[in-house]
Amino acid sequence: MIFVTVGVQLPFDRLIEAMDRWAGERGRTDVVAQAGSSAYRPQHLTLRKTLAPAEFRRIVEEAELVVAHAGMGSIITALELGKRIVVMPRRADLGEHRNDHQLSTARYMAEQNLVTVAPDATELVRLLDEPAAALPQRKISRIASAPLINKISDFLDAEATRRGLGVPARPAA
Amino acid sequence: MTLKVLAVGSGGGHWTQLMRLLPALEQHDTALVSTMDQGVKGRFYRVLDANQREKWAMLKMMAQILLVVLRERPHVVISTGAAPGYMALRFGRLFGARTIWVDSFANVDQLSMAGRLAGPHADLWLTQWAHLAKPGGPEFIGAVL
Repeated sequence: MIFVTVGVQLPFDRLIEAMDRWAGERGRTDVVAQAGSSAYRPQHLTLRKTLAPAEFRRIVEEAELVVAHAGMGSIITALELGKRIVVMPRRADLGEHRNDHQLSTARYMAEQNLVTVAPDATELVRLLDEPAAALPQRKISRIASAPLINKISDFLDAEATRRGLGVPARPAA
Repeated sequence: MTLKVLAVGSGGGHWTQLMRLLPALEQHDTALVSTMDQGVKGRFYRVLDANQREKWAMLKMMAQILLVVLRERPHVVISTGAAPGYMALRFGRLFGARTIWVDSFANVDQLSMAGRLAGPHADLWLTQWAHLAKPGGPEFIGAVL
């Protein structure tokens, strides 16, 4: 099963239409899409509206491949579950987002070999037709980097001390 | 008595990033706030999503956040964004809380609008990108990834 997701905020017709055409042409009946408020009506995708987080996670878990907008929710969930993910960044000039931050996020993530970027539908189709095993597959832990966690823990402990409250023991790292 | 923490993350990527910070928060008495039902255990509040272009929704969301802050009276407010998190920092501070802003990893080129506004009201003002750190803040310590 391939899981397509456009996130919770905005429609993304370009991605849904590209996936619908591809699924139709290749005769794939196992493509599930969380299309949010996208206006395009796919014929070959199993549509899900916005999904609750637990359900979203469960579907990602079942997927062999995730195809998504370059949103942090989609990318992080896929990486936490060790799933291959192809992202198509939203473009501000096409009215797909307020600015082009998804292009920057996607470029950085691709440099780290965490995701594969499809800038447009043509490249997306080319990637989907390749064997999935050719795409990078990475799994990350479910916890932020240690320096960030420690900084926040230190801040909270200092605040508890300042207020004369108990400072709980930290779980072993 | 333990430290009361209010942790705010809008639905989608902000929430996903907040969840990656939970190991730092969960030893304390933490309540969570989001714009979508997140199906979490413990104290959870759902508020409206709104941005600066939606004045009416923004006002309602502000009122909701104010009520949450009055009910929780947190010692610390932490947020990964976006607008509801900014409001929570402002109201939290008004009632004596110390505040933490962790700007989203998605903001590679510049800090988010909410992140820029939150800066002067954050005791710990963090970006997840080294190249966005500046003297006087925001600070770069690490990323949620």
